Amino acid sequence: MALGRHTARWASGSALMLLIPCPWCGPRAEIEFRYGGQAGVAYPADPDALDDEAWARYVFFRDNPKGQFAERWVHAAGCRRWFDATRDTVTHEFLEPAGTEEPVP
Amino acid sequence: MPASPSPHLPDHPAHLWRNPDPKPAYDVVIIGGGGHGLATAYYLAKNHGITNVAVLERGWLAGGNMARNTAIIRSNYLWDESAAIYEHSLKLWEKLPDELDYDVLFSQRGVMNLAHSLGDIREGRRRVSANRLNGVDAEWLELDEINRLCPIINLSPESRYPVLGATFQPRGGIAKHDLVAWAYARAADALGVDLIQGCEVIGIDVVDGRATGVRTSRGPIAAGRVGIVAAGHASIVAAMAGVALPLQSHPLQALVTELLEPIHPTVVMSNAVHVYVSQAHKGELVMGAGIDSYNSYAQRGSFHIIEHQLAAALELFPMFARAHVLRTWAGIVDVSPDASPIIGATPVENLFVNCGWGTGGFKATPGSGWVMAATLAAGSLHELARPYAFERFTTGALIDEHGAAAVAH
Repeated sequence: MALGRHTARWASGSALMLLIPCPWCGPRAEIEFRYGGQAGVAYPADPDALDDEAWARYVFFRDNPKGQFAERWVHAAGCRRWFDATRDTVTHEFLEPAGTEEPVP
Repeated sequence: MPASPSPHLPDHPAHLWRNPDPKPAYDVVIIGGGGHGLATAYYLAKNHGITNVAVLERGWLAGGNMARNTAIIRSNYLWDESAAIYEHSLKLWEKLPDELDYDVLFSQRGVMNLAHSLGDIREGRRRVSANRLNGVDAEWLELDEINRLCPIINLSPESRYPVLGATFQPRGGIAKHDLVAWAYARAADALGVDLIQGCEVIGIDVVDGRATGVRTSRGPIAAGRVGIVAAGHASIVAAMAGVALPLQSHPLQALVTELLEPIHPTVVMSNAVHVYVSQAHKGELVMGAGIDSYNSYAQRGSFHIIEHQLAAALELFPMFARAHVLRTWAGIVDVSPDASPIIGATPVENLFVNCGWGTGGFKATPGSGWVMAATLAAGSLHELARPYAFERFTTGALIDEHGAAAVAH
């Protein structure tokens, strides 16, 4: 009985902790992961061309949406690989399975 | 009108301020009716005589982080810029009950920051010296002094991370957060400020690079100046005017136990095992620690964070093992890259922000309101707020309290 409720809460993704879909290992508990923040923030292609303002943008500014957020996770206590995932920052639900292709850092 | 349940309790908050409908226009509109927004409104009216002011709150007054913090007050920050603004705030706390004629249960029971390693000791001693140079009261405590001030801390050398010493700020302490908000709200209301609850800002009108008003769930409101004081939602509100802020919103969790007899006489913080603990006036142990790692607007976090902070608390206070957790919760905190606030003008004229207080905003409530009011009144930054302008992210003049302050602040 207790086990059933426990499982249901996990499946809902809304209690205890995040259940994170590692593209290689499948859904695993959040404590196995480290967070990497916004996905798709590439190192400037031509660093010498950046002025201070552009550097500030690159170093300090990240999206902070209320809703869908493409973000980086690393399965630190598992396969130790990085991947991108899209999660809703209000419901905490992962919206789509992450691909296994090498993501943008 | 029913009388208060007890003559010893303050009035019910619903009787402390009017609930006016919004007027079509104000000199200043403050977005966010939390502690900082209410304090800003009060000081605008009190210090600057600007009373044609509205505070717009999406929910109810002080129902966000003002209702979710651990109510710790201190000013023992390392850097000069931080010490200046937090010490200014602490001085305001010390006269707040008299000034607002309202007992906010401000209790200067002292704040202790424990050291568990040689690095902690060096950092702590350095911070004590830096604090004293800035006129902030600070002491270094050896174990016997820690034991005298707070006998329930486990000082055994056999513990996993033995306590080796502590910094202590005697003037630090706690206050009752709801009462603080109500006191500011009542005082601002009495000076003519309109506190408008259930009024969500859904847009900011910008004409020729200048903010002219806001659109709300209760209709448009014109404004001479607009201040965004929206904490965890600062990014969302600022984006309505096309302004990007270097903030990330995270859950910050806390918990309380059931009510206990008075056993914990001070406030104890530990960066190394990472928990901070005080005992509220009513008797519950109040604990907090760090943020959840991921971005969120959900006002809830993951349970392992609670588990870790309780483990840390039991390491320091073995006697708490029998206490039951009554309630856990989370607020959404706006964390800036250097863990210091962002105060000042934006690229949009007449639009100002006061955000990025992250995990440490409660203690700053009076000081934050004070400098934000001065900034909104003058249209330029108050002296104490100047280091906190946006420009520091371009110039590199960061106020790096991530590494310098107590981790959790």
